[in-house]
Amino acid sequence: MTVDSKPAAARTLYDKIWDAHVVDRQPDGTCLLYIDRHLVHEVTSPQAFEGLRMTGRTVRAPERTIAVPDHNVPTTWDREQGIDNEESRIQVEALDRNAREFGVVYYPVNDIRQGIVHIVGPEQGWTLPGMTVVCGDSHTATHGAFGALAHGIGTSEVEHVLATQTLIQKKSKNMKVEVTGRLAPGVTAKDVVLAIIGKTGTGGGTGHVIEYCGEAIRGLSMEGRMTVCNMAIEGGARAGLIAPDETTFAYVKGRPHAPKGAQWEAAVAWWKTLFSDDDAQWDKVVTLRGEDIAPTVTWGTSPEDALPITATVPAPEDFTGGKVEAARRSLDYMDLTPGTPLTDIAIDAVFIGSCTNGRIEDLRAAADVLRGRTLAPGVRGMVVPGSGLVRAQAEEEGLDRVFKDAGFEWRLAGCSMCLGMNPDQLAPGERCAATSNRNFEGRQGYKGRTHLMSPAMAAAAGVAGHLVDIRAFAAEMA
Amino acid sequence: MDKFTTLTGIAAPMPLVNIDTDMIIPKQFLKTIQRSGLGVNLFDEMRYDRDGNELPDFVLNQPAYRQAEIIVAGDNFGCGSSREHAPWALLDFGIRCVISTSFADIFFNNCFKNGILPVVLPQEAVDALMEDARKGANARMTVDLENQTVTTSDGVSFAFEVDPFRKHCLLNGLDDIGLTMEKAPAIQSFESQMAQARPWV
Repeated sequence: MTVDSKPAAARTLYDKIWDAHVVDRQPDGTCLLYIDRHLVHEVTSPQAFEGLRMTGRTVRAPERTIAVPDHNVPTTWDREQGIDNEESRIQVEALDRNAREFGVVYYPVNDIRQGIVHIVGPEQGWTLPGMTVVCGDSHTATHGAFGALAHGIGTSEVEHVLATQTLIQKKSKNMKVEVTGRLAPGVTAKDVVLAIIGKTGTGGGTGHVIEYCGEAIRGLSMEGRMTVCNMAIEGGARAGLIAPDETTFAYVKGRPHAPKGAQWEAAVAWWKTLFSDDDAQWDKVVTLRGEDIAPTVTWGTSPEDALPITATVPAPEDFTGGKVEAARRSLDYMDLTPGTPLTDIAIDAVFIGSCTNGRIEDLRAAADVLRGRTLAPGVRGMVVPGSGLVRAQAEEEGLDRVFKDAGFEWRLAGCSMCLGMNPDQLAPGERCAATSNRNFEGRQGYKGRTHLMSPAMAAAAGVAGHLVDIRAFAAEMA
Repeated sequence: MDKFTTLTGIAAPMPLVNIDTDMIIPKQFLKTIQRSGLGVNLFDEMRYDRDGNELPDFVLNQPAYRQAEIIVAGDNFGCGSSREHAPWALLDFGIRCVISTSFADIFFNNCFKNGILPVVLPQEAVDALMEDARKGANARMTVDLENQTVTTSDGVSFAFEVDPFRKHCLLNGLDDIGLTMEKAPAIQSFESQMAQARPWV
């Protein structure tokens, strides 16, 4: 272990966290990496627990393993009575049984702390700077906001981590995404990450771990940083991270599983060493000017189909290579005509929630837009807090009343319409302004159409009945 | 896990870029608690209409490609979620090899855990293999892992790179949990050191 050793050469933040977790290194560079936190949900874990059972293996570190059902759970207020869909019920019951049988930390569906696994982990202080965090879920990248090395894994690897608390890994390349300067009013973390993906493409980060840095990133709250890191995977990077700083420490301090007393002091002392050295080597560098980023939305069926809200729907001929045909397919699926101003796109539904934008600041931003306003005729809206505690906080602040007065449904915590594994889905042809992370075909429901954007932009679109520029919104509604 | 050594089979052309995991296996099929049985729902929303009827235009519904064992795909195949249901569905259908210019990292990794070989080749090679795949059932492509080559039905070969450890595991059908369990003393030792250095973890 190299926690206290002097660096031999300039290293990136990713290098430092990696070095501190290497258990074993083979001559070809294949490493066994120790995993500090393993988050588990009901969809990608049943086959892994079954594998343990069949081989007579146990969970090596149940105290580092945190399970919570989120993908399948209903978000309606009657869910205490059970889950109607039999397959969903069986999957949640399997997690319940596995969590208890193997003795891992568990937040069952009716626990106030239940929620989307990537919101629960940070909220409870399980996620800390410098850690390795994995979960059978690609949005595990979220935890990188704390300066942790966090990424999604498949079910076979879930089983591997359960059994050994390690992962077989080869090191990724280092990619720096710097966002300089300041963000303009109305521009949020979501706009930043959509703009980044719009620039780099969904394959731009493949094979890399991204470190987000620069003044605009530094200026984000922890919740904003989580939004940015959450979508590292949409840019192709399994992990995205941000060096921890005073904003990070202030967020972590006092959380249930954060270190206390002398251990807190020792932890902060180490965390303060977690940054990329000035002369660290990068395999790829991308720079954006914060001032240039506009409120951003997606028009197509890939997260890279992101444009400033002031733009128009592109034509297939605007692209090259395989993207020409992909764009043609997207336009057909989305039923959009090239040249249409994005602000002319009428919507049928608004979804506010997900591990990308289901935290309290997201709900506040949406509520600020909605206060004293209502959804346009024919538009339905749903707000799904990211956790039971986010919901309780929002209710304490009266945000639930703002949403309900505006005509939104106010729901219980879960992944919900981000991927529609539970009954929260779009109908075929329905078009949604969504704060989630993927606009893939069928993602939010069979033939459903998704436009990704920030919570404020989604709320404003709901009021206007079409996509709008949040900066012009106040004037338009006056 | 089944071994992967040499495969000679029909290759289905899927030139679309960014084929994502939601396309490969839509979410409604992730509710299973088993690994098997997903082949019938592979590419479900591209392959069937809402009533479950096959869409004749979709490549795997065409007579020539119903027995395909290889897919030649556009860039960034498997992007999106970490769902291992994607390789499980491919495997259950009978696909043992996917060839593209690039793959999403998590999907790429998941393939190796299930005896599927993802082959990365340059654009020109993928273009040539795509053309070969378009010839249909009479044109059989050969993928040789030991020698790291893909050979078209006309005998044109392309060499590919593969990580030596992953190659070893695939060739021998090895379960890597068993391999790691043999390193338990090293893990134990790491944990002891960590308890000293970072007791808060």
